[in-house]
Amino acid sequence: MINFLFRGLIRDRSRSFFPLIIITSIVAIIIFFSGFLNGIYNSLFFNTALVNSGHIKIVTHAYNLEYQLLPNDLALLDSDKLINDLDEKYQDYIWTRRITFAGLLDVPDSNGETLMQSPVFALGIDFLSNNSKQLKIWNLDDKITKGKIFSNENEILLSERLAERLNVNPGNIVTFIGSTMEGAFSTYNFLVSGIFNLNLGPIDKDMMIVDIKGAEIALDMKNASSEILGYEKDLFFDDKETVLMRNEYNTQFSDTTDVYRPFMLALRDSNQMSTIVDFSNVIMFIIMALFLIVVTLVLWNMGIMNGLRRYGEIGMRLAIGETKGHVFRSMIVESSMIGFLGSLFGTMIGISVTSYLEKVGLDYSKAIDSLNSSNFAMPNVFYPQVTSELFYIGFIPGILATVFGTMLAGRAIYSREMAQLFKELEA
Amino acid sequence: MKYKFIFILLSTIISSDLTVNEIINKIDFNLNSNNRVITSEMIVHGRRASRTIVSKSWIVGTDKAFTEYLSPPREQGSKMLKLDDVLLTYSPQTDRIIQISGHMLRQSIMGSDMSYNDVMEDKPLDQLYSAVLEGEEYINNRKCYIIFLEAKTDGISYPKRREWVDVEYFLPIKEELYAKSGKLLKSTSMDGVKKIGNRWFPTRFIFKDELKKNSRGTEWIIRDIQFDQEIPEVIFSKSNLRK
Repeated sequence: MINFLFRGLIRDRSRSFFPLIIITSIVAIIIFFSGFLNGIYNSLFFNTALVNSGHIKIVTHAYNLEYQLLPNDLALLDSDKLINDLDEKYQDYIWTRRITFAGLLDVPDSNGETLMQSPVFALGIDFLSNNSKQLKIWNLDDKITKGKIFSNENEILLSERLAERLNVNPGNIVTFIGSTMEGAFSTYNFLVSGIFNLNLGPIDKDMMIVDIKGAEIALDMKNASSEILGYEKDLFFDDKETVLMRNEYNTQFSDTTDVYRPFMLALRDSNQMSTIVDFSNVIMFIIMALFLIVVTLVLWNMGIMNGLRRYGEIGMRLAIGETKGHVFRSMIVESSMIGFLGSLFGTMIGISVTSYLEKVGLDYSKAIDSLNSSNFAMPNVFYPQVTSELFYIGFIPGILATVFGTMLAGRAIYSREMAQLFKELEA
Repeated sequence: MKYKFIFILLSTIISSDLTVNEIINKIDFNLNSNNRVITSEMIVHGRRASRTIVSKSWIVGTDKAFTEYLSPPREQGSKMLKLDDVLLTYSPQTDRIIQISGHMLRQSIMGSDMSYNDVMEDKPLDQLYSAVLEGEEYINNRKCYIIFLEAKTDGISYPKRREWVDVEYFLPIKEELYAKSGKLLKSTSMDGVKKIGNRWFPTRFIFKDELKKNSRGTEWIIRDIQFDQEIPEVIFSKSNLRK
């Protein structure tokens, strides 16, 4: 019977072609829109994850209590061993060391004496080790506006605003003044290799980026880290997963009061991020739910219209002796087949487009530039995100709405009386 | 018991004879001099470990000071020169002379509980503060005057301070340093008082930054101190920083 109905659909283009195109298009739009929303959601948190918190991070318990003071005397020791353990246990995450510190940046005159000084907020990131993925994650090449990325631990990158304030250019030598991990006075000469702009509002105002080896030497922090950050391998932020990981990890140390015990923090645990994460989750859910309701109504309506359009055909089939139940069931099977194929094609197209844009991104630079006065850290390029839910989300409205629409239209079959039917056919 | 009674009696006589300004002048006499050469060690009690930093300082009045750090290896060869209101540091690692200014002056020296400002504002109390005698109190069985000092001018790191001044040594064996709002910023104490020449001088100071949570304080121990020495002017030249 299915084979018979399928051939009927192929031969009668009015029953298959247009409904198929509509379902395919709508399902593709659903998938792209869902992927786009995922991308926006991820982008909103990606910059926070990138600069501050990772998707998840580990610090010492004592460091966490005073994190605003950047207390490197409370840093994690023996970081390599800790990272090896994390790599083994949480293989879906990339784990990397970070030294966050602050101090003064001093620019010398020709006699080597102080010409200019400015406060600096510095990030020591593992860019140059063999297996590091941080260069790719930071995409620094695209953010450098002058000079080049550093090639060794004695070179640094300065933010545009900091470089402008200090009047330094690539090739200049500057001296970092701060404190070592043990609190000793520390001065260290760095060569400015490049100037960058993260396009993240005030975040990079006083920022200096250095390879972690440079930070280790300047602050006497061999194999110590302020934080160990974890990034999901596809850079996709999953709030629930990070919360579960945090709870599970911290349970291991619940029986100790050692203030230097490792302490895991999910992204939502940083700087009041939980409110923003919760708010974003609710907003994304509402937007997606409204969109799904609208497209479901459209497909449902299409199913109804398709059924009603075949009013005459159904009458004829009933007149020549087909039972009402058989007609109804055949219409449901037909709409299921159309819905399934439309959803399949739509999912394929939707995922292909989303996947392509996931790589190239949607550039909103011009629109964002017009908001220059705003200090909100907005990314300039949005990258839609292909997630597992995209593979099934289109099938729900694609099949169900079409079938329910047909079922609703099919109710008319049962309400038609044979006597009335013949009169209609005669007319 | 008899001696204690005599001591208390003497102290009362002394205290009744002295005005608060005379007490302040005596403190200034003990703690300040025309010049001095000090070899000291600073023990910084960090949260994970303690570090001992040895240094030698040449000081003339309140305007000129030169310090060379002798150990540990990381600090060895670092130098600090104070000329009036200018503070310059030199570190051999960078071969740079760096001026410490602005908010950096509020930072701690070598991770200790002392700030650069503490070094910069080394002037006699008489010049900076007006004093009020609040009463008397015993600390470690020694009678002390309690003196409350309030800055005469704005812009001083500690606009208010309270000192417990030993009635025999005229040294503030305990001190609390406050912000203008009255918030306690730092506390200090001193002991190991010795007679050096015609003045009493403590050989151990303990500084505690009250804003640092869980601070275990910094000890500053005077290994050797010589007053009224001949100090060549070249010591206080910028070129001496690089030598």
